[in-house]
Amino acid sequence: MPQDGSGDTPVIEFRNISRVYGTGEAEVRALDGVDLKIHHGEFVAIMGPSGSGKSTAMNVIGCLDSPTGGEYLFNGVDVAGLSQDQRALLRRHYLGFVFQGFNLLPRTPALENVELPLIYKGIPPEERRARAMEALEQVGLAQRAAHDPSELSGGQQQRVAIARALAASSEVLLADEPTGNLDSHRSVEIMELLVKLRAERNLTIVMVTHEDDMAAFADRLIWMVDGRVERDEPTRKEVPHVG
Amino acid sequence: MWAETIRLAIKAVARNALRSVLTVLGVVIGVAAVIAMVTVGQGSSDQVTQDVGKLGTNVLIVRPGQNTMGPGGSSTSARQFEQRDIDRLIAEIPQIEAASGAERTTMMAVAGNVNHQATVQGVTNAYLQATDWPVSLGRTFLSAEEDSGRPVCLLGETVRQDLFGNADPVGEKVRLKSLSCEVVGVLEAKGASSFGNDQDDTVMIPLRTFQRRISGTSTISMIYMAIEDGYSTDLAKSEIEAALRDMRRIGLGEEDDFSVMDMKQLASMLTGITSVLTGLLAAVAAVSLLVGGIGIMNIMLVSVTERTREIGIRLAIGAQARQVLQQFLVEAIVLSLMGGLLGIALGLGLAAIAANVMAIPFSPDPLVVLGAFGFSALVGVVFGYFPARRAARMDPIEALRHQ
Ligand SMILES: Nc1ncnc2c1ncn2[C@@H]1O[C@H](COP(=O)(O)OP(=O)(O)OP(=O)(O)O)[C@@H](O)[C@H]1O
Ligand SMILES: [Mg+2]
Repeated sequence: MPQDGSGDTPVIEFRNISRVYGTGEAEVRALDGVDLKIHHGEFVAIMGPSGSGKSTAMNVIGCLDSPTGGEYLFNGVDVAGLSQDQRALLRRHYLGFVFQGFNLLPRTPALENVELPLIYKGIPPEERRARAMEALEQVGLAQRAAHDPSELSGGQQQRVAIARALAASSEVLLADEPTGNLDSHRSVEIMELLVKLRAERNLTIVMVTHEDDMAAFADRLIWMVDGRVERDEPTRKEVPHVG
Repeated sequence: MWAETIRLAIKAVARNALRSVLTVLGVVIGVAAVIAMVTVGQGSSDQVTQDVGKLGTNVLIVRPGQNTMGPGGSSTSARQFEQRDIDRLIAEIPQIEAASGAERTTMMAVAGNVNHQATVQGVTNAYLQATDWPVSLGRTFLSAEEDSGRPVCLLGETVRQDLFGNADPVGEKVRLKSLSCEVVGVLEAKGASSFGNDQDDTVMIPLRTFQRRISGTSTISMIYMAIEDGYSTDLAKSEIEAALRDMRRIGLGEEDDFSVMDMKQLASMLTGITSVLTGLLAAVAAVSLLVGGIGIMNIMLVSVTERTREIGIRLAIGAQARQVLQQFLVEAIVLSLMGGLLGIALGLGLAAIAANVMAIPFSPDPLVVLGAFGFSALVGVVFGYFPARRAARMDPIEALRHQ
């Protein structure tokens, strides 16, 4: 079995994954035979033209969607063999999501949003609160704990979503265009936060982005076209200048 | 997790307070109707039992014909009784403590220039004894007055108040059509009867006087009897029935042409009428609960659609389908329980007011309250299940994309 640098089982492994929507004339091959290995602690950026299958790939990685062909191994376990409930547990314990639309519960304070996954983990209220607070501190939003998402800026909302993944101690952070709605200054803040957390927590981060500047924060870049991986290479490590 | 789910549901319900209240209105009305009806029904049947208890559980009432008791009951063509029937019963059955024929009609009673419409009854002292009804002023009839049919009378408290106010009427004259009789006593106040009519609105004269001066016959349409304490009324009843069958020459296998009723029977007949009414109204309440349940289902469906994105988020961060189902189901149950509680409060309030107005006891039944509570929870489960299942079956990706 081919081994790469880190030597252990990849956290995420795609083997000839495809995801086909519709049939016949209307058939769309959103993913078309993708092979991919992502190891523990990696920060991977996925780029590509619109409709190239980036979000579809993220959904499959996040066990929100099932591939129509191929094998997806998570930490060496074939996800296809898991029940719907087991996949929910996998999301609960290993995966954190940070999406473009800042997926926070509306009219719910930041702290409660961060607590949400801990509720499903069955953690008692005090400990939950403490861990959520700690996570908010790490993203620099401790003073905003009581604010509803509508009272937070886009960047702050995105940081709350990151704190939510941190509180749940997710190993893998999936970020689909996390800076899509942010100006470049806020975007860089988010990227710096991700880089810092990756270093501190040894998180695995998979991020979809349309911006080269953001992709540059990652250490590996996957370029997709028409549902296929066209390029997979380390990023040029030149820190972009932000004015 | 459960505590969390319930807390969450209460929060969700409270967030749309006005909408929630409007949604559960059907349940509130349904539950309130059931509680109010059952409580009032219970109160009135308690009242009947109380009244009957006051009358004495050892009292038997004999009437010609079958099933002629009760509100609106009228005697049939069956042969009426005579005084000698009563005398024979007393002679044959020593356990009869007191027995009196009774006749009634409604007449105008006049004193001076005051008129008053009252129930005029022809009875003997034995009637007062059987019904345990003493006088508060003056005296009862003398046996000479009973035997010779003297024009004397006893006034019920209502008649006394109307004709004489608080003054002592003993020795005064009261005219019943052409019969002018002397007041010899005033009966103690008894209050309303089980049928709701005022028992104190009466003038009593000796039975013989009634027969001679008012009805003009010697027949008797009702016999009141008190049975010796400690002797079984059931036993006395069958003895009386046997004696009457013999006296009235009813052959073997022929139906009785009279009826002997004890107070227990009378009570159960009266409460029977109430329970028919209660059943009818309970059906109305059931329809209202059904409508209420559909209202809850409707609003839960709206809520599930509104919160599609929330459902997507919950699924994405690791909620299992059944946890989402549970969340919305509990929310529907909280909603309907809220309706149930409001309904119980409203129903008990209405019943308390009704009991006050109708002068019957306020008898809330904890079992009925508990039942209403449980039933409203059931409404939540039944009508909340479909919307909750819809929420649980959502595809997380679709749900997250929902705007
Ligand atoms: N539910 C669906 N039904 C049918 N086709 C779909 C569905 N979801 C995605 N697709 C198709 O799959 C392809 C890949 O979509 P995907 O969302 O993964 O693209 P993307 O790379 O994320 O694009 P973008 O950069 O615009 O977000 C597209 O052609 C899209 O139309
Ligand atoms: Mg996309």
